[in-house]
Amino acid sequence: MGHDTSYTNQEFKVVGTRVKRPDGIDKVTGRARYGADAYAPGQLVGLFLRSPHAHARIKKIDTSRAEKLKGVKAIVTSADLPDLTDGNRGLLDILENCMARDRALYDGHAVAAVAAIDRQTAKKALKLIKVTYQVLPHVTDVDEAMKPDAPIVQDYVFTSGVDPKPTKPSNVSQINEFGHGDVDKGFAEADVIVEKSYKTEQTHQGYIEPHACLASVSPDGSGELWVTTQGHFGFRITCAQLLGMDMAKLKVTASEIGGGFGGKTHVWVEPVALALSRKANRPVKVVMDRDEVFKATGPTCSTSVDVKIGAKKDGTITAASAVLRYQNGAFPAIWGMLGAMTSFACYDLKNVKSVGYDVLCNRPKVAAYRAPSAPMAAFGVESTMDLVAEKIGMNPVDFRIKNAAKEGTLASYGPTYGPIGIGPTLDAVKNHPHMRARLGKNQGRGMACGFWFNFGGQTCTDLNIGIDGSVTLTVGTVDVGGSRASLCLIAAEELGIPYEQVKANVADTASLGHNDMTEGSRGTFSSGMATIFAAREAIEVMRSRAADMWEIPLDDVIWKDGQAKAVGKKHGNLPTLSLKEIAAKSPGTGGPIAGHSEVVADNAGVSFASHICDVEVDPETGATKVIRYTVVQDAGKAIHPDYVEGQFQGGAAQGIGWALNEEYIYGDDGRLQNAGFLDYRIPVCSDLPFIDTKILEIPNPTHPYGVRGVGETSIVPPLAAIGNAVSNAVGVRMDHIPMSPPRILKALEERNS
Amino acid sequence: MAGVLVSTTINGDAVDFACPQDETLLDSLRDRVGLTGVKEGCGTGDCGACSITLDGRLVCSCLVLGVEANGREITTIEGMADGNKLHPLQENFITHAALQCGICTPGFLVAAKVLLDRNPNPTEEEIRYALAGNLCRCTGYDKIVRAVQAAAKEMRKRK
Amino acid sequence: MPQVKLSGKFRAAANGADTLEIEARTIRELMTRLVERYPLMDEHLETGIAVAIDGEIYRDNWGVEIPPDAEVFLIPRIQGG
Repeated sequence: MGHDTSYTNQEFKVVGTRVKRPDGIDKVTGRARYGADAYAPGQLVGLFLRSPHAHARIKKIDTSRAEKLKGVKAIVTSADLPDLTDGNRGLLDILENCMARDRALYDGHAVAAVAAIDRQTAKKALKLIKVTYQVLPHVTDVDEAMKPDAPIVQDYVFTSGVDPKPTKPSNVSQINEFGHGDVDKGFAEADVIVEKSYKTEQTHQGYIEPHACLASVSPDGSGELWVTTQGHFGFRITCAQLLGMDMAKLKVTASEIGGGFGGKTHVWVEPVALALSRKANRPVKVVMDRDEVFKATGPTCSTSVDVKIGAKKDGTITAASAVLRYQNGAFPAIWGMLGAMTSFACYDLKNVKSVGYDVLCNRPKVAAYRAPSAPMAAFGVESTMDLVAEKIGMNPVDFRIKNAAKEGTLASYGPTYGPIGIGPTLDAVKNHPHMRARLGKNQGRGMACGFWFNFGGQTCTDLNIGIDGSVTLTVGTVDVGGSRASLCLIAAEELGIPYEQVKANVADTASLGHNDMTEGSRGTFSSGMATIFAAREAIEVMRSRAADMWEIPLDDVIWKDGQAKAVGKKHGNLPTLSLKEIAAKSPGTGGPIAGHSEVVADNAGVSFASHICDVEVDPETGATKVIRYTVVQDAGKAIHPDYVEGQFQGGAAQGIGWALNEEYIYGDDGRLQNAGFLDYRIPVCSDLPFIDTKILEIPNPTHPYGVRGVGETSIVPPLAAIGNAVSNAVGVRMDHIPMSPPRILKALEERNS
Repeated sequence: MAGVLVSTTINGDAVDFACPQDETLLDSLRDRVGLTGVKEGCGTGDCGACSITLDGRLVCSCLVLGVEANGREITTIEGMADGNKLHPLQENFITHAALQCGICTPGFLVAAKVLLDRNPNPTEEEIRYALAGNLCRCTGYDKIVRAVQAAAKEMRKRK
Repeated sequence: MPQVKLSGKFRAAANGADTLEIEARTIRELMTRLVERYPLMDEHLETGIAVAIDGEIYRDNWGVEIPPDAEVFLIPRIQGG
């Protein structure tokens, strides 16, 4: 688009300061409105009927008695959701996940939905719907699903990535290989080789706010959707496509979002809510309950990983390989492939090979979870790194430093790295006071590295200057963690005005061009970049207005410190014109002053982190307490340091829960047994210590302020950092996540026997 | 709906509403009275996002029936500020960046206020255990604890 | 002429080749030439290809220019969370 996105290495006036966020007061007073906080006159309550079977053919759905119940206004099954996808299998998969078609594919899969005048009536109606199931054999374990006699989850899936092309359907949807060099040769050169297998169980993003929306469709085909989402523009596209609506006729407004972490980048109940509303011709509100969130949204994969690393006695890794099996739920996706790409990304390796398998199971469709697929691969690789270091008698940090990727390294997933931060994070860890803290009885220390890509994407931003000089910044990226504050800082910096003079809004889909989802750590990076260009455009308008007001050539006007200045010997006496003054005169100088930017912001930069963790393990109960935790990560440039720290701490906390307690527990009947926060145990306040953070700023050369994405990387190291720490504390290598008390007690038993 | 009339006091105001016998106080507050600051995160008393006080006691409103509120006093997040003056806890949550998505924030503020009203000088451990009934998925609790410590200090100074 | 390396996933569609020489000044040109030469690549374009130019990943911006001696790597289009 002609914008120069290169890093300018400037000195900042407001960027980097810890200001109060603009949505703070609304959020501490309960005024902020989230997905379930919208109400419409005449609204109906929408509830879902869900399969109690992990795998079953749906022979018949009889809704006649439910339809007769007084107060029931609409019932929807797949019969009301015709396939309009025109052969687009990916889109059909989305539709089928929202509402089962001929088969229920997992415990909790939606089979019907009801809209009624109140919750009691809707619940009664669900009970009156008679579904005739033919129960089919199911499979929920990733390794079991790969066996030749496993029940087939999707009969249209044939393994891709194998030659010759298979003729029988499989639960393995794809096999992908990455790497370079010759690993057999490399292993032959090694002095020590460690080969080990690991398992990680399924976890959920665990956002505290369940999915919720208010859908309202009129008979003329226009509709409105209020929804908690990471990307309302994306939701609009998908819902319109699935329901055969014109995109422009569907206005989607993003509510405040109560956590997403990737789980709210997909539609789950929204298309059906719209379908119910369309059928009833009344607004329909759907709020998932927590049980449904666990069963029928998008957790991350459970995995089974084999890692092999060979090294010389001097610490040089000669070869590294990994085979990764990732369970995708009931619909094919690319999570195993992604795990294979990230496995060895931290290291400079001559011979490396990673193979990723994507496997189907009778479990809910997997969705992205913060640096998706990377944490599990890192658990296997970083645990093995420690084992190799131990075998050659080298300090684990030094071992990583010796093999760390740097500028010019050929990455294991293909491209060659530009300037990157893993070396600096490892150096920071090596010299961090945490490494010198004394350890007591039953305590152990571990560290690990992590990598994530970070993405840019389509971004559109408006900047409007009111006649009182206050600035309205309109963006399309949903604010998941405080980015509005950062965006106002950026606008204020560019314009040269105080932070308080800028107010940021997240616009609905009718008010702005397309914006990609807030995922891939792109929110501040992309909208920040668009804000810079929109502000610069507004500055150009103001320069020209000042030139007109002074009646001097445009070339003699510069913008500095929030003011237009006339330069040159002829105009030296002219007093400056502030933004406020120019704005006040704008009706007479050409009308409203605005700047606009559409940009595909790319090159959010890759991001590396290193974590250190100290744990204490109770040998009687197997319970682990995290006693100290440090995150070191490269942020490029921290626009608002509080919120960058917040991302580091939040990602670490999620990783800690994943490492120690969180898992989906399935019964032999294929049903999820712990679909609630009591038995799906996420960290609580008393589980954690203060989490120390160190922000490194190695500027991203392709962003004017040097910003890198930060939101995701910090969930990648914790599984391994804690795995290494617990292993050191108990003297047994832990290879199964989560390292819950029963698993630790079993490991201690094995050690003692 | 065969409703029952409930007469209650909410944040100091007399409020009447009608609700079915099996409705939770959480749903009554949100859907009947219009106070949506209280949030449902789980519906089973595990996350604390629906925290209120009932006759001064910290409870999960999802575990209380609407009809049980009859004749009793409720405080919610909407009653925490004094007119347009934020409570020190609310102020400190903002200045210490103790919220990211903010969905758990009302529950935390209600619970933290109950703590500080009863224990004006809590240790870090006391704060962490008092707030262990409130789940946060965004922050890792670090800045929440610091905000509560800062608010406690400020409140002690004012006395 | 840029050396275009292909991620494993795409090699089958390019008759097994892992490196191609394709004359192209922008990503869009590159994609057009790629599909012209190997029609099977069209399927991958649907599911998504990201382009790394000298280590920097581009997911959408096909107007980006490719410097003449750049290292170009085609990887699958991936998303975050």
